[in-house]
Amino acid sequence: MEFFSDIRVKPWLEAQVEIDNAHSGGSIALPKEKLALRVFVGVVGVVFSLSVVAYSDRMILADWNPVPEPLIMWINLAVLLASSVAMQWAVVNSHRDKMANVEVGLLVGGAFALAFLAGQLLVVRQLDALGYFAPTNPALAFLYMLSALHAIHLIGGLYVWGRTVLRIWRGYEARKVYFSVELCAFYWHFLLALWLVLFVWFVIT
Amino acid sequence: MVDITPEKIENVGPAEVPEADLYHAHSWWTKYVFSQDAKVIAVQYGCTAVAIGLVGLVLSWLMRLQLGFPESFSFISPELYLQFVTMHGMIMVIYLLTALFLGGFGNYLIPLMVGARDMVFPYVNMLSYWIYLVAVLVLCASFFVTGGPTGAGWTLYPPQAILTGTPGGAGWGIVLMLVSLSLFIIGFTMGGLNYVVTILQGRTRGMTLMRMPLTIWGIFTATVLALLAFPALFVSAIMMTLDSVLGTSFFMPAIVEFGEQLSYGGGSPVLFQHLFWFFGHPEVYIVALPAFGIVSDLLSIHARRHIFGYRMMVWAIVGIGALSFVVWAHHMYVSGMNPYFGFFFATTTLIIAVPTALKVYNWTLTLWRGDIHLTIPMLFAIAFIITFVNGGITGLFLGNVVVDVPLSDTMFVVAHFHMVMGVAPILVVFGAIYHWFPLMTGRMLNDAMGRFHFWVTFVGAYLIYFPMHYLGFVGVPRRYWSVDDTSFIPDSAADLNAFITVAALIVGFAQVVFIFNIIVSTFKGKLAERNPWKATSLEWQTDTVPPGHGNFGKELPVVYRWAYSFSVPGTKDDYVPQNIHPDDVKLVSSESNV
Repeated sequence: MEFFSDIRVKPWLEAQVEIDNAHSGGSIALPKEKLALRVFVGVVGVVFSLSVVAYSDRMILADWNPVPEPLIMWINLAVLLASSVAMQWAVVNSHRDKMANVEVGLLVGGAFALAFLAGQLLVVRQLDALGYFAPTNPALAFLYMLSALHAIHLIGGLYVWGRTVLRIWRGYEARKVYFSVELCAFYWHFLLALWLVLFVWFVIT
Repeated sequence: MVDITPEKIENVGPAEVPEADLYHAHSWWTKYVFSQDAKVIAVQYGCTAVAIGLVGLVLSWLMRLQLGFPESFSFISPELYLQFVTMHGMIMVIYLLTALFLGGFGNYLIPLMVGARDMVFPYVNMLSYWIYLVAVLVLCASFFVTGGPTGAGWTLYPPQAILTGTPGGAGWGIVLMLVSLSLFIIGFTMGGLNYVVTILQGRTRGMTLMRMPLTIWGIFTATVLALLAFPALFVSAIMMTLDSVLGTSFFMPAIVEFGEQLSYGGGSPVLFQHLFWFFGHPEVYIVALPAFGIVSDLLSIHARRHIFGYRMMVWAIVGIGALSFVVWAHHMYVSGMNPYFGFFFATTTLIIAVPTALKVYNWTLTLWRGDIHLTIPMLFAIAFIITFVNGGITGLFLGNVVVDVPLSDTMFVVAHFHMVMGVAPILVVFGAIYHWFPLMTGRMLNDAMGRFHFWVTFVGAYLIYFPMHYLGFVGVPRRYWSVDDTSFIPDSAADLNAFITVAALIVGFAQVVFIFNIIVSTFKGKLAERNPWKATSLEWQTDTVPPGHGNFGKELPVVYRWAYSFSVPGTKDDYVPQNIHPDDVKLVSSESNV
């Protein structure tokens, strides 16, 4: 969409009227679902950006007590990466119209995502066991809050993933399934990118 | 004009939809309660917003009774007073104005004005309303919990917001407020996605961005603002909830309460202020921009003249929206910020006055040599311009650090923000309801009651808020239950407060007349013509009035011009609807031209 050139036109001029009369209506060459997902991802991005800004503002105060990243967090990162890769593999196979492979990719991707969520719970337990659980430690509070927010968004993604799996099992038209798989994969990649940023942030602070 | 048949592209739906493909409600419940029709959802939003708005109105009466006659109402304790202030503010800003402009007018007008059958995701749109309703109910629940609702002020500043000394601070009051706000934001995001995607992808053929009525531009930009600004409130609400419930210290510093050292430590209250106002200032424009758009259309239609400087109006809306994200700290001049920071925000605040003033000039020039019909919508639209200018000018005062510091936390600020984002947008809401009521019901609102409502509201608002500026100048503080015999406040301030209270009560009761008018006219009002204001935009060109589900019958309209073709030289009628084919426009020179 060339927004800024679109809003420079003069709709009352005769020459422009001819061009405008031929306009089909939509502004962006994307299906509405894809556009909506991009807008939603933008909003979620703002939520996390502001959280990171708050994090960096808070960490300069005296009581900041950094928390170590247990090994399981690194493993979780790898699991989420594998989940995203599986989703992308499903998308690639959807382009080749290989429904069986799409199904495998989707199931593996979802399974890895569930494993990631379980792993995140283990992180909490491990930090608790190491004696780091203290709500007044802002570093820990931010780690938990951001992890929980990320997990909630992943659970939302898993809901759509579940619906897509159901569509396959119920024998929906392949075109519709592939479309849902694409949406899932896009969202998975976004959540991976988000977690990468957060993870790097946790590590360097 | 040359007609070019629009070509179909993949992401745009077909103009003609088979009857079988149109969604139709199958029962009373799915038609009127769990409806997916944006028009029904709009009415649901509107009714809920007005209902909770009336609660806010009653709270303002109670506040005014205390301020005007401090010795007379013993049941209003200082704690209750603070709770009234807080709940009134939050209700009016978020649950009334934001919900009404975006959820109410947005839902009703977007699909109709852009030529769509409905919002692009009707089910999500329905969910948006029900989550909003739950948010309102959670908010109302806080009136009934032990300790009552929060009395922290609508800005909910920590640390006081979650301390025992603040009404509702240590109990459920503040938690319910924060949960309600979070729910509101989740619900709004669902609706907001619909508004943005419908405007970008759901427009009918020929409806370019620059042919959209300014109402849609205002709602669109305000929605984008809200989608970007509400996350700041969402994040701060979550963090404060955790501070309150789990004892984290995001915002809570080390603090002693009633002689006892609390477990909090190291948190940053100023961080909350930054997050809050990063949402809070755009919120002003989330309310104002739809009002700007609607008033532009009301002025143009009722003055029978095209809007002056359409392109500039669009740019001003977009520019104001962008600038609204870089002025937030002008609400925080007294927070102890770096003076250079204050200088930056004072500068950006003054810059935002430029596109805003441009809009005021263009509204005025739209009226210049127009065929002005002083209908009730027009009266409200003109009243808006006057009020917005008044409120805007005091905003220039407060945008300057040196003027703001002494006036901060006085009644001057209360007068300013009520004029600019209370009275002015509400005047537009009224104008819009009088304007679109015939479309929604097929009947006209009673004119005599409408004029009574207008004059009492307009004049009364000035009787309330003009004297309040003076009270601020003499140092009367805001949020005080009583100033008693404070030495520097003259006795006349008490008389003025009593006068303001009487005016507020009268203005409040005028709203009862308005609601009575709506109820009576809905059932017994004069039947409206199909297009009583002779407007050009698509919402008036539907097959039936009120429009049915699907809005436009079997085939969607095709747009051939912008929405401001009024008094076009050479045409027989003084308006040319957007969807009239150029060959069908009646010309003066050719009576046979049909």
